[in-house]
Amino acid sequence: MAGARFRELFAQWMFIAPAAAYLLLFFGYPIAKNIVMSFQHYTVTTFYTGAAPFVGLQNYAEILSSDPFPKALLTTVLFTAGSIFGQFVIGLAFALFFRRSFPLSRVLRSLLLLPWLLPLVASGTTWRWMLDADSGVVNDVLRGLHVLPAGVPWLTGTSQALVSVTLVNVWIGIPFNTTILYGGLQDVPTQLYEAAQLDGAGPVTTFRHITWPLLRPVVSVLLVLDVVYTVKVLDTILVVTGGGPANATETIATQSYELSFQQFEFGRGAAMSNVLVVISLVFALVHLRANRRAQNA
Amino acid sequence: MKRVPNRGRPSTIVGIVLLALMLFPVYWMVNASLQPTGSTLRGGWFPSHPDFSGYVTALRDQGPGLVTSLVVALGSVTLSLGLAAPAAYALARFPVRGTDLVLFGILVTQMVPSIVVANALYSAYNDLGLLNSYLGLILADSTAGVPFAIIIMRAFMQGIPREITEAARVDGAGRLRVLRSVVLPMSVNALITAGLFTFLFAWSDLLFALTLTTTETVRPVTVGIYQYIGAQTNQWNAVMATAVLASVPAAVLLVVAQRHVAAGATSGSGR
Repeated sequence: MAGARFRELFAQWMFIAPAAAYLLLFFGYPIAKNIVMSFQHYTVTTFYTGAAPFVGLQNYAEILSSDPFPKALLTTVLFTAGSIFGQFVIGLAFALFFRRSFPLSRVLRSLLLLPWLLPLVASGTTWRWMLDADSGVVNDVLRGLHVLPAGVPWLTGTSQALVSVTLVNVWIGIPFNTTILYGGLQDVPTQLYEAAQLDGAGPVTTFRHITWPLLRPVVSVLLVLDVVYTVKVLDTILVVTGGGPANATETIATQSYELSFQQFEFGRGAAMSNVLVVISLVFALVHLRANRRAQNA
Repeated sequence: MKRVPNRGRPSTIVGIVLLALMLFPVYWMVNASLQPTGSTLRGGWFPSHPDFSGYVTALRDQGPGLVTSLVVALGSVTLSLGLAAPAAYALARFPVRGTDLVLFGILVTQMVPSIVVANALYSAYNDLGLLNSYLGLILADSTAGVPFAIIIMRAFMQGIPREITEAARVDGAGRLRVLRSVVLPMSVNALITAGLFTFLFAWSDLLFALTLTTTETVRPVTVGIYQYIGAQTNQWNAVMATAVLASVPAAVLLVVAQRHVAAGATSGSGR
């Protein structure tokens, strides 16, 4: 009897085993390996000599005290906060707009997915070209409308460049936010809206007292996903500004990439990427706890 | 829901205007790809004299890259669905202890930056000889596809009535047989949705292609475009033509699979 039960259990696990093994090899191993590497002097010579001496916390001490670190941390925070604010607000507006079904609304809603589905390199290159200070179409329009005859140095000004990559990332993130929020809105019972209408509630009151409270659980999950996905954004920045000008758009993620794959300082690159993981983790845990407290209250 | 008859049309117009604004960069990409060769970035608002020389250059230079991307993306779809389908079924149906742990692990994967994976894989691949290989890229690119496919398919499979799978079991079908002949045919929408996104994840990947290839042998089109930008090119129309070609799968799949995706995604969000 015990044997049959064991065989049954074994058979069931065989369904999960291949995927579990893959996840362990391609997530578990890299996480562990990164932690180990971050305590080693692991550089390009390691590949020839095989020697990666243990250096304790030296990598962390170096990156945390390095000049660009505080700025990269600040840039990461600004980029993340700005991106999420823009994506969420515009995504919510789109979701509310599409909830009133009108002719063509389905087609338009699926077309809205395009910015999310296009390869980032393709759309990022296009943006780079559109934002060119001299001949980009954005400045052409601004000049043509006589709003800003001088144009804006979108990619060459140090503060403007951060705004630009953030805007591009907002553009990419709107479809995801719209889709999730639209799904959440579908679950709000229509009777509630009908009742509110009978009571003479205006759109603002209805939103504040019905839509928003009922959407809260979805919003809460979405914001965590947004943060977790945004702090690790790397390719958008690589394509649109390459971290420049003058390191103005360097984030923790781009720094990690440059340390590992341009300077071949794999140990320090690993330490930098671990800082990124810790930020994500801390945020998720804080959020979970706050959520639990809100539920208990 | 009843609608006031005249309210529909203004919304449609507003919707079209908003969409036009959102999709302007897509239009601009196509427009730019049809401009004649030149070092200036300036072009007209419309490709009044469409010039296809950009596409000729793009296909000549990036044709192999497009094929590489296709091979890698299809490989990633096969691997991801092959690993995810049985796992999703088991996680949806079997009361195995440890299910929660696996699900938690899948959530954790969403927090791991690709750079962490790339950093560790580079040295592992170097030892295993997987740098500059199709297999290496397929395995790495599937890090986005596998967790995603499990989540989507599990949500869908939970909605399949238990009676159906149990009836098949009573008739003597093994678990694998139930999966293959009952569950998978019923999950076509979820399979297509998962496969579609997995394809696009791998097709659009830049970071793994950039870090895990060092030579020209296996070079996806995304790296080709990235290198174009680095090398102050005077053939912007070719760059943009390559970008358009790289965007075609996204557009085609969006149109072709729209119905399946809508069905697959709504059943997923209904959980």
